[in-house]
Amino acid sequence: MPQESTPRRESKRTVQQMVLVGVIATAAGIALGLSIHWFPPANSTQADKIDTLWDVLIIATVPIFVLVTVIVLFAVIEFRMRPGEENLDGPPIHGNTKLEVIWTAVPAILIIGMVTYAYIVLHDIEKAPAAGNPERQVAVTGQQFTWSFAYNEGGKKFTSAQLYLPVGESVKFDVRSKDVIHDFWVPDFRMKIDAVPGITTHYRITPKTNAIGNHDIVCAELCGLGHAYMRQTAHVLSKAGFQAWVTKMTRQPAATGGGGGGGAQAGTTDAKALFTQGNPDTSATACGSCHTLADAGTTGTTGPDLDKVLKGKDAAFIKQSILDPNKVIAPGYQANIMPTNFGDTLSPQQVDALVQYLSKVTNK
Amino acid sequence: MTVALRAPGWWRALAYVIVGIAFSYGVSIGARAILGYDPLLDGEAVLTIGLIAVPFFFLVGLGCFDYWFYWAAGRATRPEDHSGHGAYSWKDYFRPNTDHKVIGVQYVVTSFFFLFVGGLLAMLMRAELAAPGRQFVDANTFNGLFSVHASLLIFLFVIPVFAGLANFVLPLMIGAPDMAFPRLNALSYWLLPVAGLMMLLSFAAPGGSFASGWTAYAPLSTSAPIGQEFFTIGVQFAGASSIATALNFLVTIITMRAPGMSFFRLPLLVWANFSTSLLVVIATPFIAASQFFVLLDRALGFDFFNAARGGDVLMYQHVFWFYSHPAVYIMMLPGFGIISEILAVKARKPIFGYRMMAFSLLAIVVLGFTVWAHHMFVSGMQPWIRIPMMITTAIIAVPTGIKIFSWLATLWRGVLHLDTPMLFALGFLTMFTCGGISGVMLAMIPLTIHVSDTYFIVAHIHYVLFGGSLFTIFAGVYYWFPKMTGRMYDERLGRVHFWLTFVFFNLTFGPMHIIGVQGMPRRVYDYADKFAAWNLFISISAFILGLSTLVFLYNMIASWRGGPRAVANPWRALTLEWQVSSPPPVFNFDAIPTVVGGPYEYGVPGAVHGVFKGAEVPAPAGAQAQATTTAE
Repeated sequence: MPQESTPRRESKRTVQQMVLVGVIATAAGIALGLSIHWFPPANSTQADKIDTLWDVLIIATVPIFVLVTVIVLFAVIEFRMRPGEENLDGPPIHGNTKLEVIWTAVPAILIIGMVTYAYIVLHDIEKAPAAGNPERQVAVTGQQFTWSFAYNEGGKKFTSAQLYLPVGESVKFDVRSKDVIHDFWVPDFRMKIDAVPGITTHYRITPKTNAIGNHDIVCAELCGLGHAYMRQTAHVLSKAGFQAWVTKMTRQPAATGGGGGGGAQAGTTDAKALFTQGNPDTSATACGSCHTLADAGTTGTTGPDLDKVLKGKDAAFIKQSILDPNKVIAPGYQANIMPTNFGDTLSPQQVDALVQYLSKVTNK
Repeated sequence: MTVALRAPGWWRALAYVIVGIAFSYGVSIGARAILGYDPLLDGEAVLTIGLIAVPFFFLVGLGCFDYWFYWAAGRATRPEDHSGHGAYSWKDYFRPNTDHKVIGVQYVVTSFFFLFVGGLLAMLMRAELAAPGRQFVDANTFNGLFSVHASLLIFLFVIPVFAGLANFVLPLMIGAPDMAFPRLNALSYWLLPVAGLMMLLSFAAPGGSFASGWTAYAPLSTSAPIGQEFFTIGVQFAGASSIATALNFLVTIITMRAPGMSFFRLPLLVWANFSTSLLVVIATPFIAASQFFVLLDRALGFDFFNAARGGDVLMYQHVFWFYSHPAVYIMMLPGFGIISEILAVKARKPIFGYRMMAFSLLAIVVLGFTVWAHHMFVSGMQPWIRIPMMITTAIIAVPTGIKIFSWLATLWRGVLHLDTPMLFALGFLTMFTCGGISGVMLAMIPLTIHVSDTYFIVAHIHYVLFGGSLFTIFAGVYYWFPKMTGRMYDERLGRVHFWLTFVFFNLTFGPMHIIGVQGMPRRVYDYADKFAAWNLFISISAFILGLSTLVFLYNMIASWRGGPRAVANPWRALTLEWQVSSPPPVFNFDAIPTVVGGPYEYGVPGAVHGVFKGAEVPAPAGAQAQATTTAE
């Protein structure tokens, strides 16, 4: 049964100690929070604003965590049961309206402040460049398990398997998907958006001058077997470098495969490009995103290593493995993983070219 | 033998399962013959029908529906002889039992089984992720591992284990002899192993287990191999169980409180389960709907989510999250209730601001329905929806903050008994604050644009569901262990368990914040080399965290078998469940208590919560007793 309670109060010194420890821990926590190297390089103007928002959130939230932890620790130190207190009860304090109003109102105000600031940042990172400043549009298409990028430079259209951007110019991505949901994300630029079948989604970034170089493109939405490998590279070039690249691309429309629009009928098929990039026009998945092949430089491990499993096999076997992959499954792998639609997504010429190519490079 | 096959039980269940499989073949082949399909036998079609039908055959065979079928057919129902009540041997735990205490134990043990299975899957994931590149599973298996891990721990552990603890404790707490609908209660439990087994069996499906995450986003899920349907249909059974239990709790709390037990004399655990049950009843039908959409798309080609045929891919996410965001409160509010019980008893003080604690629960229920699209900030939905969702999401921190601060004030000036339940409760306070803070950060749209679908999200949800929910579950299991088993657990092992868990939980999930912000996406089985060092560190910590649960397991099993006998009220608590023997009598109370005061009047001289001089409960008098003493 509850015992008679005794007055149990914190001493003034305890409160002073607690405030002191709290202040020191808050300062240390904020210093630690700001000194950790959290983000990848900030290579877009949007990245700077998001990173600053992060710093502000660290400063605003560390004190709350310290407050809770310090009170728990001091309660444990000051008010833990000591020998002889086994049957003692604390004072029957049922509440304190003033305190309850404070700890409802203060967090509410803090939250209104944070939300307002976040709204301003959101507005800034999504707003279009001022009138007169050019903005490039790049159509990004996701498919299992690769990205392709369609450009329209001065009326000339072409598609690239790699993303190239000039430094310092705003670019708006129009993002689409051919199969399931993907997510187009360049961590160095911070922004991301899902590629959703049936709709076009958008965001914009402006690469900063420190962005010249290569950046990872990552698929951030689970899209199936090859999700982890759906990584490509964004190249940020100087304005002159970008123009040179555009000139090169518009002179040789089929140079990187998939473009040109003519598809399979247009001349000879580059089997190696087909292997590494697939056929974006018909959503044929790139063989190389799942298979290792030394000659093509691919290192996928979702499917068997073609250098090994195709060694000594004839063309008929390779053709069957492409068109009806479940017929023969390499030891240690499962059926129903490789797409069975290559008979539809590749033309007979393309299949034959692939078979020839694979037969040649695996039987050297 | 024929007797065994006619009487409800495992033999009849087995026979019915065989009939159910034959039925699935029959319906499939018959329908295909009538429609002129070729070939007549389609394995996927049979499996789809079987996944839906066979569990019902099993449940009927086991006897979950016997009483209702007899009643509906106008035949003489077996008189209520209370033979379905109480457990006198271990076998009584393996049949549909109508005693809420037996069902509570069934729930808790079953869900802990799935905790260990789900945890094992996490160990396999961490082993694969210990180094970049392929270690020992392929991409498909890995995607299956994290999908089944999340599904089991959400639908077969956190949600049902809370339902199990409340099943045992809640009727005792409100002074009721049982739940309002004991037979429905038994059925609710037996739906669970069905759902869990189905999800586990998916690993045996052709093409591997379901591998599109526990979120099962369309169109990935609608185009996945057949293993996906083990999730699609398994969730229906888990959801049905959840809804039935929630209805049972609501009716029990509203109609079966002891005399004098007004709403504002209810222990906060009861308030928490009342709030949770409201969430379950309103929200759970939405996940059922989302998975029925997927099933219809897969099995019958409805094209709900086929964009090429006018389907709407984003609609799946809206319907799914309209359940699955409230679901995180379904997985948290009962834990809030447990913490309130433990802190008041172990600090020997009344809960600070009792009424605000109850109202803040209701505020979370209401606000919880207004924030779902914060999971969709980068989904490509209408941009304006993000703004109101950001505001409501951040505002939820206010009622949650009220709870945290009230618990802190409850500790202050108390007499803190720092035993295992209390340690887990204090660990919860700090770790949940951490998860809450990253939650408020994630409400800020610009930050979420960068960190969504990264390990920052993985860190956040584990701080909330592991540091939050699981810590409260451990606290609750230790706290009520004496009441449930009649034995005391080993305090020293309990403390070892706490410290191992607390330290290695932080070492496992803390660094995930960092690699997430640095740009490591989640749900990947391979990653860029720059994340290798942290991943190895996380994997090692995770293995020790995994091993620490063995201390818990040993403690529970050894103490249950041979721990010292527990007295009725080892914690000197005021709530009613501690005023009866440990374990409680089959019908809970020899006399219905009358409640005369609040549940947490510690420190008030001579305070009592309930007195036992009310009417005698009619003794269970065999076949002559009135039917369903419990339902009255």
